[in-house]
Amino acid sequence: MGPLIPEIVSGQWNNIIAILVGIAFGFVLESSGLSSSRKLVGVFYGYDFAVLRVFFTAAITASIGLLFMDYFGWINMAALDGLPARVWPIIVGGIIMGMGFVTGGFCPGTCITAIGIGKLDGYVFFGGIILGVFVFSEMFPLFENFYNSSNLGDVTVSEYFNISPYWFTLIISIVAIIAFYITMQIRKRVKTVEY
Amino acid sequence: MEIKADKQHTYWNPYLGGFLLGIILILTFFFTGRGLGASGAAKAIVTQTVHTVAPTHAENNTYYADQFLGGKIPINNWLVFEVIGVVAGAFISGSLSGRVFFRVQHSPKITAKRRLWFALLGGVLFGFGAQFAKGCTSGAALSGMTVLSLGGYIAMLSIFGGAYIFAYFFRKLWL
Repeated sequence: MGPLIPEIVSGQWNNIIAILVGIAFGFVLESSGLSSSRKLVGVFYGYDFAVLRVFFTAAITASIGLLFMDYFGWINMAALDGLPARVWPIIVGGIIMGMGFVTGGFCPGTCITAIGIGKLDGYVFFGGIILGVFVFSEMFPLFENFYNSSNLGDVTVSEYFNISPYWFTLIISIVAIIAFYITMQIRKRVKTVEY
Repeated sequence: MEIKADKQHTYWNPYLGGFLLGIILILTFFFTGRGLGASGAAKAIVTQTVHTVAPTHAENNTYYADQFLGGKIPINNWLVFEVIGVVAGAFISGSLSGRVFFRVQHSPKITAKRRLWFALLGGVLFGFGAQFAKGCTSGAALSGMTVLSLGGYIAMLSIFGGAYIFAYFFRKLWL
């Protein structure tokens, strides 16, 4: 029963698996064109919705896959690392990151992909990330209280909204399909951008 | 008239990419119990550097100190290895399609220099914001949503919501 590490497979494999996962991740991102900042920001200006399609499809595919495996007893979904719901810090951090997305045209994962194919703007963006992390770390005492506030714990959407995870995933899948269709219509009406 | 398919600008169907990425996520969770990420690698690099260069200063700051409690080595971090893999994977994919060469990608309406300054600013904002959220689009949002974490969904909505809010003001960089 998964997760295999550390009970069934030794933890010493973890870093090797990390590299292999990274290679696959980077390969798929680059092949999907997500190493292009002008393609990435297209989702915010209506001329290219690749980000939405890749992101949503990935999350839903993975959710459905894990739910199936959990149902058959192949994996214990409750034992997987979730993101604790530190509501306000996440919202504030997310909005700041959103601004970073439209100014820099990357997110950390895609900027590393861009680095892999020689995009200097990706290198600079990564340098910026390092700087941003450093500034935050040095200023941490100022943020410490806020950083640790409003923590609802590692709660799932199905626990929070008291809805079965299967129903939730079904609803999200329908929302995604509707979003894919609507954005297809939007793209037809937006001026094409050559990049 | 023969039109040659431009391999350099031919990308996968995004649904295929998304599906494969979903499979990668499933396998990653199945093997390791954790999802993907990226910003955590930057955090590990910063902490390791500060810890090596100014150890006392690092010890006095909880944010750094938590990462080497109990003799842990900050740079010995799953995400650091993953990120090395991402560079390699992107390089392989890019090589197959003739997309590997040094350049600054920017809208023809702005200069390369302008692009680089805003790339720097964007990175600073992203690195800074990712600390509050304890992750970025890959780690917090994508992996969080995969395991139905409430935090993951909040992160996704905040990042994309925030981007849409500010998009209008930075449109000259892209359009």
